[in-house]
Amino acid sequence: MTALAHRPLGGRVVTKPFLILGLFLLIAAFFILRRFVFGMGDVSHMNNGYPLGTWVILDVVIGTAFGCGGFAMALVIYIFNKKEYHPLMRPALLGGLFGYTLAGLAVMIDLGRYWNAFNLLMPWHMNFNAVIFEVALCVMAYITVLWIEFSPAFLERMKPDVKQRYRLDRVHAFLKRYMYVFIALGVLLPMMHQSSLGTVLLILGYKLSPLWNTLWLPFLFVTSALAMGFGVVMMEATIVQRAFKRPSEAALLGSLSRFAAGLLAVFLVVRWVDVAYRGHLGLAFAGDWNGNLFLIETALFLVPLVIFLSRHRFTQRWQFLGAICLLAGGSLYRFSAYMLAVRPGNGWTYFPSAPELLITVGIIGLEIMLFLLFFKTLPVLADHTAEPHGRPS
Amino acid sequence: MSMSRRQFLQGTAGAVTAAAVAPVNDALAFGKREPLPLPPKAIGMLYDSTQCIGCRACVVACKEANDKPVEQPQALANWNEGTWDAAKDISGQTLNVIRLYQNGTMAQKDREIDGYAFIKRHCLHCVDPSCVSVCPVSAMRKDPLTGVVTHYPDACIGCRYCVYGCPFNVPQYQFLGPFGKIAKCEMCSHLLAKNPLFSGGADALAQADTSATDLWRQGQIPACCDVCPTGASLFGWVADLQAEAERRLAAQPGEMHEFACGWPGSDRPGHVAPIAEYQPHLYGEKESGGTQVLYLSGVPHEKLGLPVLPDYSYAAVSEGVQHTIYKGMIAPLALFGGLVFLARRNVKGEDEGKNNEDQPS
Repeated sequence: MTALAHRPLGGRVVTKPFLILGLFLLIAAFFILRRFVFGMGDVSHMNNGYPLGTWVILDVVIGTAFGCGGFAMALVIYIFNKKEYHPLMRPALLGGLFGYTLAGLAVMIDLGRYWNAFNLLMPWHMNFNAVIFEVALCVMAYITVLWIEFSPAFLERMKPDVKQRYRLDRVHAFLKRYMYVFIALGVLLPMMHQSSLGTVLLILGYKLSPLWNTLWLPFLFVTSALAMGFGVVMMEATIVQRAFKRPSEAALLGSLSRFAAGLLAVFLVVRWVDVAYRGHLGLAFAGDWNGNLFLIETALFLVPLVIFLSRHRFTQRWQFLGAICLLAGGSLYRFSAYMLAVRPGNGWTYFPSAPELLITVGIIGLEIMLFLLFFKTLPVLADHTAEPHGRPS
Repeated sequence: MSMSRRQFLQGTAGAVTAAAVAPVNDALAFGKREPLPLPPKAIGMLYDSTQCIGCRACVVACKEANDKPVEQPQALANWNEGTWDAAKDISGQTLNVIRLYQNGTMAQKDREIDGYAFIKRHCLHCVDPSCVSVCPVSAMRKDPLTGVVTHYPDACIGCRYCVYGCPFNVPQYQFLGPFGKIAKCEMCSHLLAKNPLFSGGADALAQADTSATDLWRQGQIPACCDVCPTGASLFGWVADLQAEAERRLAAQPGEMHEFACGWPGSDRPGHVAPIAEYQPHLYGEKESGGTQVLYLSGVPHEKLGLPVLPDYSYAAVSEGVQHTIYKGMIAPLALFGGLVFLARRNVKGEDEGKNNEDQPS
């Protein structure tokens, strides 16, 4: 491989879209303030039948799956040694950085007794039987790893004399030398907590429909998270290419889609064989809420599988459609497993309130704003003047 | 071409996974963590729905004992405000509630069709509690001797995973107000602490004779059982309560029976009444790995909102899976070693071929 350099896009940061997103962020900030002054019940419709609402499920469970781009690309580039995908690495890492960091922020809004959150780190409070404890610790560690993995982008941007004055050149050299350790952690940690996000649901027992509740939950969650990681890289690369009129990466993304296709095939086969093996296939075709959800999820996973295995995978439109369906399928799968297919009984129902959703919208808006800021001011995107292009396989 | 490739992929994957799914599912029985035993000095309650008259004295006593405000439906909030309680279910402010099952004409008590029945809702103090298993900061604890499940708000981070995971929907987060807590029945642990039996420390309790029912007299028992006029709510050692439940189930319907009030063998006058037609099942003996609150009923238990549960706790399933994956951290560490090796080799190979301006990220 030839050298790969990154370059900031440049251009004005405060643009019209940036300001509109900022407005949504302000609205969210207002309701976040209300949540802390008047309590969660003031802004949210969460209740004791559905104690986990959109904040946990959209922002954390689905949000971190959207943040798996860095995980997926690190696996392909540094573990499978497929160097041709290198131009996709840093933007994917940035997606993971924001996906996970803002999920952490959402957790702090969602925790009912956030001032005790440090108890998670106190050895005498730790409960190693609790799956959510593993998730919490592992996600905290991964956020740290992501910032370390991304830190060279900041260091490259600094003036050499500034770096020297604060001894940051040494930090830079250290990071360069031992980055492989953080890369390995950056693959291991998501495998751990993304699978645990599935294990978490085993406690629901009868409350969760058998179409979702299976001992395969950890496996299904980690494979779908990884597939979503590829999906998010494809979606993000396409949008950035269109928005900033950069040369097309469709050929590279077309070959990348094979990994997603493989994961989707394994996911679908394991899921269906497991449901059939446990004798619940009838539920899938019952024509009711749960059965239809299961079928819609399958359809959303089948569309990208078919596209990514056909020649259309090299066409940008089809590629994008595949990525969108893959992300929608993965999100719906998580939404169903955490809420839509959960029946706590006792007549409990839940539908998110507008303020609750606006907080989530604001957080997503903040994520896009940060994306724009970082793309324009930091060396994130590969410098395409020196960039080698992927080849169709 | 693409079709054949897909078929090939799916065919192979199908064969491989079919071979893999079966053994994992078969291993379910072995995948579970060992069930937890009933604690040696387990205390609990026996609620007999057929003896409950729905007076709700227990609900009022619970509110008083636990210092909880009354709850009124919003539509009637201005009517004699704060003087009457109409909690529909347990909540952040209600730890114990009596609910009504009704069907058709409601002509006869404790009959499923055209009948009605009462049910007392509060924590069942599971032998193998999900809430204790899922709490990341050990804010839910089960007493190793008495088995009472208590909550520690100073440890609690408010993640509400105990609410999510409880098979009975018992722990309730106080969503109203900025400093909400998890609320649940703690078997009036603060009253029991005044009983010399429990205030004498763990060693004294471990030595105590479990048949020493007269010891209850010296102290206080949970408020709901203390005030129950018919003995429908009975407090005691779980072993005694189980034996009493077996006696009732074995007796002929219509036979007169003296229902103890407070606790089995108490000095209070009992309540003499005919034995009802019970469902031949003591709920809580096996459900979810056993519970320390037991239920007798004339109508099927699931009609009263007590779910049909397997004889193991879901906590045993989730802990079994988690501890299989993370056993001794061997699998994650081995994986980490492999990843470090590959990443190091591949990053190095990359550095050798190019100038020093490139970053491995």
